[in-house]
Amino acid sequence: MARPSSSPNLVTAVLDKAVHWAQTRSMWPASFGLACCAIEMMATGAAHNDLSRFGMEVFRASPRQADLMIVAGRVSQKMAPVLRQVYDQMADPKWVIAMGACASSGGMFNNYALVQGVDQVVPVDIYVPGCPPGPQSLMHGILSLQEGIKAGEIVR
Amino acid sequence: MSNPPDLVPGEPDVPSEDRSSPESESRRSVHDLWLSGTEAPRELGPFTDEGAQEMLAGESPELLASQTGTLVDDDYEAPSRSADDELQIINMGPQHPATHGVLRLHLELDGETIRRVKPIIGYLHTGMEKTAEALTFMQGSTNVTRMDYLSPLHNELGYSLAVEKLLEVEVPPRAAAIRVLMSELNRIASHLLWCATSGFDIGALSMMIYGLRERESLLEFFEKTTGLRMNHNYIRPGGVAADLPPDWREDMVSIIAIVEAGLADYVTLLLGNPIFIERTRGVGILTHDECLAYGVTGPVARASGVDYDVRKVFPYSGFEQYDFEVPITTNGDVYDRFLIRFEEIRQSIRIVKQVMETIPEGDYRTEDRKVTPPPRARIDESMEALIHHFKIFTEGFKVPAGETYQAVESSRGELGMYLVSDGGSKPWRLHVRGPSFANVQSLPMMLADSLIADTVAALASADPVMGDVDR
Amino acid sequence: MTTVPPALVAAAAAFPEVEFESVLGDTVARASRDDVVGLLETVRDAGFELFIDLCAVDYLSRNPRFDIAINVVSVSQSLRLRVLVGIPGTDPQMPTVSSVYPGSNFYEREAFDLFGIEFSDHPDMTRILLPDDWEGHPLRKDVSVGSVPVQFKGANKAR
Repeated sequence: MARPSSSPNLVTAVLDKAVHWAQTRSMWPASFGLACCAIEMMATGAAHNDLSRFGMEVFRASPRQADLMIVAGRVSQKMAPVLRQVYDQMADPKWVIAMGACASSGGMFNNYALVQGVDQVVPVDIYVPGCPPGPQSLMHGILSLQEGIKAGEIVR
Repeated sequence: MSNPPDLVPGEPDVPSEDRSSPESESRRSVHDLWLSGTEAPRELGPFTDEGAQEMLAGESPELLASQTGTLVDDDYEAPSRSADDELQIINMGPQHPATHGVLRLHLELDGETIRRVKPIIGYLHTGMEKTAEALTFMQGSTNVTRMDYLSPLHNELGYSLAVEKLLEVEVPPRAAAIRVLMSELNRIASHLLWCATSGFDIGALSMMIYGLRERESLLEFFEKTTGLRMNHNYIRPGGVAADLPPDWREDMVSIIAIVEAGLADYVTLLLGNPIFIERTRGVGILTHDECLAYGVTGPVARASGVDYDVRKVFPYSGFEQYDFEVPITTNGDVYDRFLIRFEEIRQSIRIVKQVMETIPEGDYRTEDRKVTPPPRARIDESMEALIHHFKIFTEGFKVPAGETYQAVESSRGELGMYLVSDGGSKPWRLHVRGPSFANVQSLPMMLADSLIADTVAALASADPVMGDVDR
Repeated sequence: MTTVPPALVAAAAAFPEVEFESVLGDTVARASRDDVVGLLETVRDAGFELFIDLCAVDYLSRNPRFDIAINVVSVSQSLRLRVLVGIPGTDPQMPTVSSVYPGSNFYEREAFDLFGIEFSDHPDMTRILLPDDWEGHPLRKDVSVGSVPVQFKGANKAR
C-alpha cells in the first residue's frame, strides 16, 4: 500500500511525480456531510467559492467511486460504524479530511454522545479547524492536501 | 412563581461523583476510547445493525398502523398482492445524498410501491441537552445555535427569550427590533438553502448553485454583524451581542434586490415547469388532522390548511407591530409547500423593510448589569463594572428557580425551549422541541402508498434538519 | 386555584384532583399518572388538538423524582397548556399518551432512551437516539456528562 516517496532511480521518480500529480487533479469527494460543516462544504462547492476549478465539483454518492472523504460534522457513537464502513468501501488511494472542530477532536461537545475526533475511527490526513470552517479554510485544507500529495509527503 | 414541590432552590442534590472531573466514569460502553496507531478496537467494522430500532418483519397492529400512516386518517389502500415473500425492505441512508443529513429510512416495498416506512434517527445525537446543563446561561447560545444549524438565530432567540422569561427582564425595543430583523433574514437564508437542496434532489441541479449564490449575500451580512457566517452566538439573554453595522440599511437594500431577483428566477425555473409539476403535485400529501395529531407545524402544516404561526398566535419580540401575512394552502402536497416557502420569503422581505423604517434608536442590550456584561471601556474606570464582568464570565448570572416553555416560529415550524432552572448559574434542564422531530414522524403518512421515486420529493419538502431531530 | 381559561373549565370540573395554575403566563396543570390520559382526552376534545411536546425532567433530590411535561396547543382558541406528571424514581413508568396524541410516539421513546421512563402499552418501546445496545440513560442527573481528557495525539511524537 505505501509507496516510498523517494525512488532510487530517475525513471520511477518521474513516474511517481506524474502519478501524484494526476491523483490530485480530479479528486472526487464522497459526500459525508453530517451537520453544520456540510452546509459550508456545499457552499464551498457552490458559486462564490468554486471547488470545481480544482476538479472536485462532483461529489460522488457512492464511496466506491470516490477518493476523498471529507468528514464534515459531528460523528456520534451511532454513526461511527457507518463512517468506518463507508471508509472501508472506498478504493485505494484514499484520503480523509476531518473538517471542523467536531470531526477533528469532538469540538465543543466533550460528552457521552460523540466520538472525540474522527481519527479514532479512520486515519485522517488533514484537519481543518473552525466551527464551521469557512469555505476559504476548507479550500486551504484541500489545497494543502493536494500539495502534500504532489510533494510526496502524504503517501497512500 | 410555582416551584416544583420539594425542590430546594440553589442546591441540586448531586451525588459525590464530580460531574466536571474528566476522570469520572463515562458510560460509553459500546465504542471504547483508543488512540490512533494502537490496536484497532473490536467490532467497529460492519456493525451498523440497529437491532430493535429497525423495521422488523412481524410488527404489532398499532406499530403497523403508525408505519403505514393510517393512525389518523385511514386512507391506506391494501395492495392486491400481499404475499410476504414478495415484499422487500430497503435501507435508505444514513449516508445518502438525498436524505438531508443522516436520516435512515427503512422502506418496505411491494414492487415500486411503498407499503411501510420507519425512520431511524439518532445518527447525529450530540447530547446537546446534557451539554447545556454544563454551560452557563450566557454560554447556552453557543450550544443551542448548533441544533437547527440552518436557522441558528431562531434557536438563539428561543433560548434567550426563555431565559429572559425566567429572569423577568425586558430587552430594549431596539434589541427586539434587531432580533426580528436577524430572525427574518435567517428565515430567508434557510428557505433559500432549502430551495437549493430540494431543487437539486428533485433534479433541477442548477438550483443548488442559484440558491446558494443568493444565500451568500445574506451570509456576508451575517458575518459583518455577528462575526460568523453560521452558528452566530449573537442573540443572547439580555439583548444581542453587538449593534448593527452603521451602513446596514444599504446592505438590506442590496440583499432585498438580490433575493427578489433570484426568487423571480426560481419561480420561472420551477413552478411552471411541467416536469416539476408532475413530480410535486399530489405527492407527499398530509391532511389537516394528521398534522394536528402528530404535532407537525411550520410550512408543512400550513400547506395542509393548519392556520398556525407562532408569530401570529403567540407573538414574541415585538412581532405584533409588523404587518405581514402567513400563507396557507389546503392541498398539502409538495407543490404547495414550495409555494408557501416562496411566499414566506416575500413576507420576510416585507418585515425586513418595515424594520428598516421603524427601528428605534437605543440600547442593543438591557442595562441590567447582573445580566449583561458592562461595555469594555467601563472596566478600566469602575471597580463595580470589573466585578460584574468577572462574575458574569466566570460563574455566570443566576436565574431564579422555575420552569418555562417558550416557542418561536423557526423556518421549519414551532421551535420550543423548555427551560428548568434551580436558581443556579447553569440550566437544570433544557429541552428543545425541534420542529423536525415531529415532521420526521409524519413521513410514513406522506409516503405510504406512493412510489419510491416520490420519497425524495416528499422528504425534501418536509425540510428535516437532523441537528434538530437528534440534538 | 387561579382562573382557568373557559376552554378548560369542563376538564377542571371532570378531574378535581388536577391542579391548574398560571406560571409566568403559561397555564400549567399538575396531574397524576392515573389521571393524565383521561385528562388529555378531555382536553383534546375541548379543542387542544395540536400536540407539541413531551419531555422528561430529572429533579434528583425531589420526590417524585421525574416530571413529564406535555405541551399542547389549541389552534382555534390560541391557547397553550402544559401538563406536568410526577413519576417516582423507584417505579419509572407511566401510561402511554400515544393513544390520545399519536405524535407523542417518538417523544416517549426519547424519554425512555434518555431517562429510562417506560410507557406502558407503547407500540414500540425501544431506544431512538442512542445505539440499540447502549447501557444506561445519559440524561439522568446521576450520570456524568461523559467528558474525556483532551488528547494531544501528535504532541509528544518527534517530527
